Amino acid sequence: MSISIQDIIKEENKVFSKTKLLTDKVFSYCPGCGHGVAHRIIMEVIEEMGIVNQTIGVAPVGCSVLAYDFMDIDMQQAAHGRAPAVATGISRVFPDKYVFTYQGDGDLAAIGTAETIHACSRGENIIIFFINNGIYGMTGGQMAPTTLEGMKTSTSPHGRDLHQMGFPIKMTEIVAQLDGVQFATRQAVHTPSAVRKTKKAVKKAFENVKNKKGVSFIEIVSNCNSGWKLAPVKANEWMEEFMFPVYPIGDIKG
Amino acid sequence: MTEEIIIAGFGGQGVLSMGKILAYSGMMKNMEVSWMPSYGPEMRGGTANVTVIVSEERINSPVLKMYDTAIILNQQSMDKFEKSVKPGGVLIYDNNGITHPPTRKDITIYLIEANKVAIKMSNTKVFNMVVLGAFLQVKPIVNIEDVDKGLKKSLPERHHHLIALNEEAIRNGMAAVQLVQEAA
Amino acid sequence: MGELRLMKGNEAIAEAAIRCGCDAYFGYPITPQSEILEYLTLQNPEKTTGMVVLQAESEIAAINMVYGAAACGKKALTSSSSPGISLKQEGISYIAGAELPAVIVNVVRGGPGLGTIQPSQSDYFQSVKGGGHGDYKLIVLAPNSVQEQYDFVKLGFDLAFKYRNPVLILSDGAIGQMMEKVQISDFTPRWTEEEIVQMTGSWATHGKPETRKHNIVTSLNLQPEPQEEHNHHLQRKYKEIEDNELRYEKFFCEDAEYVFVAYGTSSRLCQKAIQLGREKGLKLGLLRPITLFPFPKKQIKMATKKAKAFLAVEMSAGQMVEDVQLAVKGKRPVKHFGRYGGMIPMPDEILEAMEELIAKVEKKEAKKAQKKAKKKAEKEAKKQKN
Repeated sequence: MSISIQDIIKEENKVFSKTKLLTDKVFSYCPGCGHGVAHRIIMEVIEEMGIVNQTIGVAPVGCSVLAYDFMDIDMQQAAHGRAPAVATGISRVFPDKYVFTYQGDGDLAAIGTAETIHACSRGENIIIFFINNGIYGMTGGQMAPTTLEGMKTSTSPHGRDLHQMGFPIKMTEIVAQLDGVQFATRQAVHTPSAVRKTKKAVKKAFENVKNKKGVSFIEIVSNCNSGWKLAPVKANEWMEEFMFPVYPIGDIKG
Repeated sequence: MTEEIIIAGFGGQGVLSMGKILAYSGMMKNMEVSWMPSYGPEMRGGTANVTVIVSEERINSPVLKMYDTAIILNQQSMDKFEKSVKPGGVLIYDNNGITHPPTRKDITIYLIEANKVAIKMSNTKVFNMVVLGAFLQVKPIVNIEDVDKGLKKSLPERHHHLIALNEEAIRNGMAAVQLVQEAA
Repeated sequence: MGELRLMKGNEAIAEAAIRCGCDAYFGYPITPQSEILEYLTLQNPEKTTGMVVLQAESEIAAINMVYGAAACGKKALTSSSSPGISLKQEGISYIAGAELPAVIVNVVRGGPGLGTIQPSQSDYFQSVKGGGHGDYKLIVLAPNSVQEQYDFVKLGFDLAFKYRNPVLILSDGAIGQMMEKVQISDFTPRWTEEEIVQMTGSWATHGKPETRKHNIVTSLNLQPEPQEEHNHHLQRKYKEIEDNELRYEKFFCEDAEYVFVAYGTSSRLCQKAIQLGREKGLKLGLLRPITLFPFPKKQIKMATKKAKAFLAVEMSAGQMVEDVQLAVKGKRPVKHFGRYGGMIPMPDEILEAMEELIAKVEKKEAKKAQKKAKKKAEKEAKKQKN
């Protein structure tokens, strides 16, 4: 007896479906990139909590500049690094809404350091998602503030020299020091268990907003196989071997 | 009627607030007023001055080169503003700390020993109100009732108990002002 | 109507914001405009009208907070002085690109660099020629009194929402710091959440309801074709603004042979210079642009019919004068007079500059007349000879 595909694709056999808060637009992200999974988790939580009509997201400058093309929620696109200030503006005039930023390492940890630190310090009732892959992906693989020692990028072609270029910055540890931050955690999205843990953290962050607890800061250590010049699986292995020791996974505060 | 006044002295002498009270008083009389301070770091301890214009007509320029009246409360201001009194205009000064009294012959000069009067009242804070009194004696562009109203308007409620004291200082200033010289 | 108050220009901005239904102010201290933030924090309107007041960590953050709030359909205000406005330019460009309504106040001080804290008008180019990147225009309002400083906040929001375009109130340290009488208006309540959705639901981010597609506020297009189309749209909008929103004031222009063109504080100084000049029998007038974009080009051009020459008076090394020259198109002499770096020119200095210009023009006219007479005489002589 043969089973045709038509027999299989029935509602009762369905084990997974894409959240309706992701649009049908094909991701512009490279195959293997963590952005897609991170987008999905966040949209799933918003859908599950039934808060889409109260949620406003802020996209950064970076690979996720077009996040609003994929996230089917009201969104604003911010100038490079300014997302936490934009989110502050939104959250202050809409104190009962759910406001989040979604930023990369160049955006959040280089050009937007002041906005990040002060939004955290003021305890704005927002979520900051920080996707850290140690490189500028969008502009073609330049060195980021989070680039590891010795890591080759297009602007550190001989490897990051700590003496000349400084040390990788650990933003989550830094913001965890600030009284306005309720919850600071570092997660990943490269394995099913990591995805589950991250989703739990995302949910907790939205609950924090609901309870007006201040900033929830979620760093997601991710890969950039294009920038790192590694195949997706290799990139994940490299991430575990080299990124995680510098950026250890787990809750730092709250 | 338009009266163009410069009040100049040290920061802390109450130059700006005296100007403000004068402007408020003019407003209480339904006149047009403008109050233009010199602002910035010089306010703190250095020289401070304010241009006050009270007029029955719409006021154009809030800054001026020549004034109907100059009220001068320190030597630096004397050096700077004696020459800025219009011919036939009025200069009122407190001689405390003045080493070079005014020399112009074409202006009318009054002396107000406001510092002495204020000390006599055992309250140096009313110094600027004594000066205001001297000015109003010379140029009664507003009356003391308007000043009272202006004070009420400009002072926060918790300071309203001081209005009587201020009024007394103004009256003492009115009494103490002395004519030094009529314009030639 | 509300009461009459004696107020500083900066305080008038703040009071007007509270009373006109403004939703949020974001700012950063800088002289000579810090009284705006100080006044607002003292009044604490969050307790009365619900208006948010927040001291940001920088001018950059403040303008981006304005971006965020404005993109929610809220009435957001920021203010600064010249160096701080330079910092805001990135955000202003984004606000213009994303077509957000917002009001920005610049209480101008002397520059360049840290410059001085005294009044200046040297940010004209930055304000009307686009201080940030890209082809965009701000609607620029130039108050010349504390009353206008007050009135232009509401007007600014009206225009900002009418055109979904940032409005700049170009003030200066003199108007910011001086006190004058102000007729206070009654409170206009802030828009309710329902009103905001009704007024801005087609574009602003309020949280996506089931009934509509998601709203996106962005200034980005990865492809040049839609970006060019967006620019076309912006240019059409700016044209519409030019057609509908021009504001200017004429002062003694009816019989004026020599015309000052000045805005803001300088226009007040020119009024005094006109008064002094007319006492001497000089036929002087003033054309005062109230909107700097749109600029009263046609009105200046029309004035060339009667006027023999123009003097642009600015507290700058000569910026607006270029727009006056463009409007006059070489038909009449256009000169500039200004003090700068924080200096305010005195009315009699301005009058002197005008008298110099008049002397030059008259000399030229006399020469011309002489030449003409000479030619006529020669012709006559030739005729007689023949």
